[in-house]
Amino acid sequence: MLSLFPVWIAITFLAFGLGAMAPGDPAEAIYYHTFGVPPTDQAALDELRDELGLNDPFLVRYGLWTYRALQGDLGISYRTGDPVWNQLASRLWATLKLALGGVMVAIAIALPLGILAAVRQDSTLDLAARLFSLIGAAMPSYWLAYLLILVFAVHLHWLPVAGSDSWQHLVLPCTTLGLSGAALLSRLLRSSMLEAMGNEYMRVARAKGLPERQVILVHALRNALIPVVTVMGTMLGFLLSGAIVIETVFAWPGLGRMMIDAISFRDYPVIQGFVIFAGTVFILVNLAVDVSYTWIDPRIRLAGGPDASRG
Amino acid sequence: MLTASPSLRVAIKVLDIRFLRLLIRNRAAVVGLLIVAVMVSIGLLGPLLAPYDPDTQFRGSRLESPNREFLLGTDNLGRDLLSRLLHGARLSIGMAALSTVFIVVIAVVIGAVAGYVGGLLDDIAMRVVDVILAFPGIILALAIIGVLGPGLGNVMMSLVLVAWAGYARLVRGLVLETRERPFVEAAVAIGCGQTRIMLRHIVPNVISPVIVLGSLEMGTLILALAGLNFLGLGVQPPTSEWGSMLNQGRLFFQSEPQLMIYPGVMISLTVLGFNLLGDGLRDLIDPRYAN
Repeated sequence: MLSLFPVWIAITFLAFGLGAMAPGDPAEAIYYHTFGVPPTDQAALDELRDELGLNDPFLVRYGLWTYRALQGDLGISYRTGDPVWNQLASRLWATLKLALGGVMVAIAIALPLGILAAVRQDSTLDLAARLFSLIGAAMPSYWLAYLLILVFAVHLHWLPVAGSDSWQHLVLPCTTLGLSGAALLSRLLRSSMLEAMGNEYMRVARAKGLPERQVILVHALRNALIPVVTVMGTMLGFLLSGAIVIETVFAWPGLGRMMIDAISFRDYPVIQGFVIFAGTVFILVNLAVDVSYTWIDPRIRLAGGPDASRG
Repeated sequence: MLTASPSLRVAIKVLDIRFLRLLIRNRAAVVGLLIVAVMVSIGLLGPLLAPYDPDTQFRGSRLESPNREFLLGTDNLGRDLLSRLLHGARLSIGMAALSTVFIVVIAVVIGAVAGYVGGLLDDIAMRVVDVILAFPGIILALAIIGVLGPGLGNVMMSLVLVAWAGYARLVRGLVLETRERPFVEAAVAIGCGQTRIMLRHIVPNVISPVIVLGSLEMGTLILALAGLNFLGLGVQPPTSEWGSMLNQGRLFFQSEPQLMIYPGVMISLTVLGFNLLGDGLRDLIDPRYAN
């Protein structure tokens, strides 16, 4: 758990460094935004630089920036003039809806598919599951999104093409994300189920007369879940990155689109804000994953830490 | 995830005939190899096979359906789609291949130095690797593009800067194992210099599995590059590249879906081929993954 702290420090350093390395002068950008004309008044510009602390040493600026970031002050967007924190907060929920919906679709597909593929190894269903994960991993998710739009929105008129007004708008983007996630997850669940099913305790469970359903769902699945949960943690990163592209396809007002727009406009405060924000969320999710191990596997709890049985 | 497993200790010669024979027994890998061979040939020969120049705009024939003159039809600017697809293969696959080369070279240099020299240098290198691996790759890549600005070179650089870390750790692990082997001891005993030991004895013994595992990255890289080009962060029009063709086609996808379908099929097929081949190769060098 403690090892996450240096990583977080590195993320803040990276986020700050990005802004510091970026070409262009923040003072000029702010001047331009405030007055609508390129800066001509050199004295005012110098004063602004002093005010912004741009003349301080690198480490001092880094310290101040991080201190402010911790309090939710991530600076002002060059483009809109709004505080970056407000932009992040207003768009977070939109992206979170997509990611959570994507996770639910992925689990709903991958859980039964992975279990059945492992239980009926080498059956037609297993083959179909393998094919599904191979093709799912090879297709660009945004392309899949367009194919789904073509079928369900353009031809069948069941769902809207793009936008974010109602729950119907969620269906296609979440399905897209969920399908790509399920391709990865079902394959992993299958192989870790197969590994769990090869264990001695499976024979014991059957020998003592437990119903097959219980043997599979309790004895095998529970043991197979550890590696899967680990991936679920990284899957949030995966979904977040998937969401970045998917949001563009569906004109979804989320964090991903904000980042792409910020890159095109060279809006560095927003880029920095996104990096530190996404990095922090990612670390917290990994922490939650570590904690959930103890809930899934009491052996870890008893051994005193998640590292005890992972190696 | 890539880990230096004990079975990797067996030095593999990629071009060893036994290795190839084993690979051919894996049907999925052979299918993958065939797809890859076809796609790479298109990448190499595409400009020769293309019936037209990819950027020529036939003004009288915009958005044509496939016909005898334009085998796959034309796009909104009247450019021949087949020619653009064939030309696009070169950039889409070539950029990924070039990135893979950079990734492998950086990983071997940093991993080998960290593993062989050890000490503080090793510590620093591995902490940097930890941080990069702790971060979702695409977000880091986007952050780097954010600083460098859009452009094909910058997009490639961002992906290389993100992807080298995992392989560097792998190389370091392999070097640590190789360093303890008798022939290295023998080289030390006959008085070889450090540089010579590293370049002549250690690196050749770890490079083979690294190349194989690096080729696993091709599918991921092609997808990532196409994705960033689709977002308009990489190649700029009128360059034909599959991802940017998708981007240009999306404005017309409701009325002219074929503009998006062709490049998507090319990307998916290519990635499928590389993934199938990669899985086969990985099963051979690390049987733990084989089901």
